[in-house]
Amino acid sequence: MMNERSWFRIGVLVLGFLFLYVPIVSLVVYSFNESRLVTVWGGFSTKWYAALMQNEQILGAAWLSLKVAALSATIAVALGTLAGMVLARFGPFRGRTLLSGLTTAPLVMPEVITGLSLLLLFVTMEQLIGWPAGRGMTTIVLAHITFTMAFVTVVVQSRLAQIDESLEEAAQDLGARPAKVFFLVTLPIIAPALLSGWLLAFTLSLDDLVISSFVAGPGSTTLPMVVFSKVRLGVSPDINALATILIAIVAVGVVIAGVAMSRQQKARDRDAQMALAANQQMIESMKRT
Amino acid sequence: MIARALKRVGITGRTLVTAVPYFWLLLFFLIPFVIVLKISFSDAQISMPPYQPLFAWIDEKVLQVQLNFANYAFLVEDNLYWKAYLNSIFVAGVSTLICLLIGYPMAYAIARTRPSTRNVLLLLVVLPFWTSFLLRVYAWIGILKNNGLLNNALMSLGIIDEPIRMLQTDFAVYVGIVYSYLPFMILPLYANLEKLDLTLLEAAADLGSRPWESFLKVTLPLSVPGIIAGCLLVFIPAVGEFVIPTLLGDPGMLMIGKVLWTEFFNNRDWPVASAVAIALLLFLVIPIMYYQRAQDAESGGGLHR
Repeated sequence: MMNERSWFRIGVLVLGFLFLYVPIVSLVVYSFNESRLVTVWGGFSTKWYAALMQNEQILGAAWLSLKVAALSATIAVALGTLAGMVLARFGPFRGRTLLSGLTTAPLVMPEVITGLSLLLLFVTMEQLIGWPAGRGMTTIVLAHITFTMAFVTVVVQSRLAQIDESLEEAAQDLGARPAKVFFLVTLPIIAPALLSGWLLAFTLSLDDLVISSFVAGPGSTTLPMVVFSKVRLGVSPDINALATILIAIVAVGVVIAGVAMSRQQKARDRDAQMALAANQQMIESMKRT
Repeated sequence: MIARALKRVGITGRTLVTAVPYFWLLLFFLIPFVIVLKISFSDAQISMPPYQPLFAWIDEKVLQVQLNFANYAFLVEDNLYWKAYLNSIFVAGVSTLICLLIGYPMAYAIARTRPSTRNVLLLLVVLPFWTSFLLRVYAWIGILKNNGLLNNALMSLGIIDEPIRMLQTDFAVYVGIVYSYLPFMILPLYANLEKLDLTLLEAAADLGSRPWESFLKVTLPLSVPGIIAGCLLVFIPAVGEFVIPTLLGDPGMLMIGKVLWTEFFNNRDWPVASAVAIALLLFLVIPIMYYQRAQDAESGGGLHR
């Protein structure tokens, strides 16, 4: 039955999602445009993809960005998992408020501030201890670890808050050391959160322009820096082609993740039903005795 | 062996697990602000790095400290900085309000659909976040240009005769900020509205209140924590936004993020850039702490992705 209110709801959602998706669709459509003028349709063509594949500058920057993103996401997941464990499981301790502040502040901190402060840190460190020498991939990776680990921490912490602590306690009661409990019990349970944390850190790093611009040196130009300098001069169709490739990768990733997650959900539902049934049987048998 | 040796001096595994991320964040997030503060008090000079040291040893005995407040005095005296600050706060505030006006009905509508559809809709909200922010802002150049999609559409519909200048205006900046930050508004609002106990609305209806009355008196007050979280998540980063006003706004538009960028990259005046950063941070420290406390109260909830 459709009443006035559900029409209102549908209208809101349709308009809202049009707003969110029309720009993305327009990027994809115009990447296949023959004409150099991005907004005039000149027929279907894939020539901008060919042009992109021959652009040494973009390919080099993309390779650097991928390396930086993979490296910093991996370290950010390790550090973020530790921070998430400490915040979710260690209870109150001195300095907890500061730690929780240090993990949430980077989520909202304007990037210009983070970028400037990290650059000044690197310059000072170089003066004092001679490391990191100059600016380049090392400084970009260090900066990206710092701002992406905050996101990983939030993901891991909220996942740990959802799961039942009794499993970990049971393992501990059975004599497992804390490290063993973590690797054999906690880690497998939070593995999906670690994966989504890694992917989030990877995308954020791959996309970062402002912080990278501050801490990069000559010769270490990341993909967003190349895109920004091109886009500043106006639209260019090969950037549309680049955008389309990135969107396609994300779309494929999301479909795979979605299928995997719904399978897991089904398995969980089945387990829950079996547990319920077993429970029911136990209650019945107890009634009989 | 090592573990036992460490335990003897009072270092347990627990301390180590806490110490590693703690040390990282102190070194790479907290200490940098101290350095920014320090450099904001020094003089610019042509060298590498382009500022004078704050501390100097005279005859290796006396520590000379030169605090230079000139950079801050400069910020106060020069109208440009004031205007940039006020304009950034204004633009961020208006954008946050528009985000709320669009995001609230969307979050509400999503929270009221069937659970199976709900997950798909939430995924659709988060999905743009996974594609490049820079490229999504770039998409709006193609839409808002004089011969862009929107002008072409309006002209072919006969609504306007000649293109309206939309790119390089404040309007374009608002569109860009609202578009980029809308998911940050919807997610905490949804997390809050989803938890709302529907029996409260039934009770209100039973007691004779109309739907809009129940909304104003029950739903809206209960969703205030979600509204605050969403608004802070949009407002704080939007104040320092650099990419959106640079790509979509008028070149003369004053935003503090742009000013900081120009001082640093074009004028190479690191001390003034530092002073701008400190002044911006002082303004944002209260909302950031407020946000952190709200997050902590929710114990890590809210920002699910």
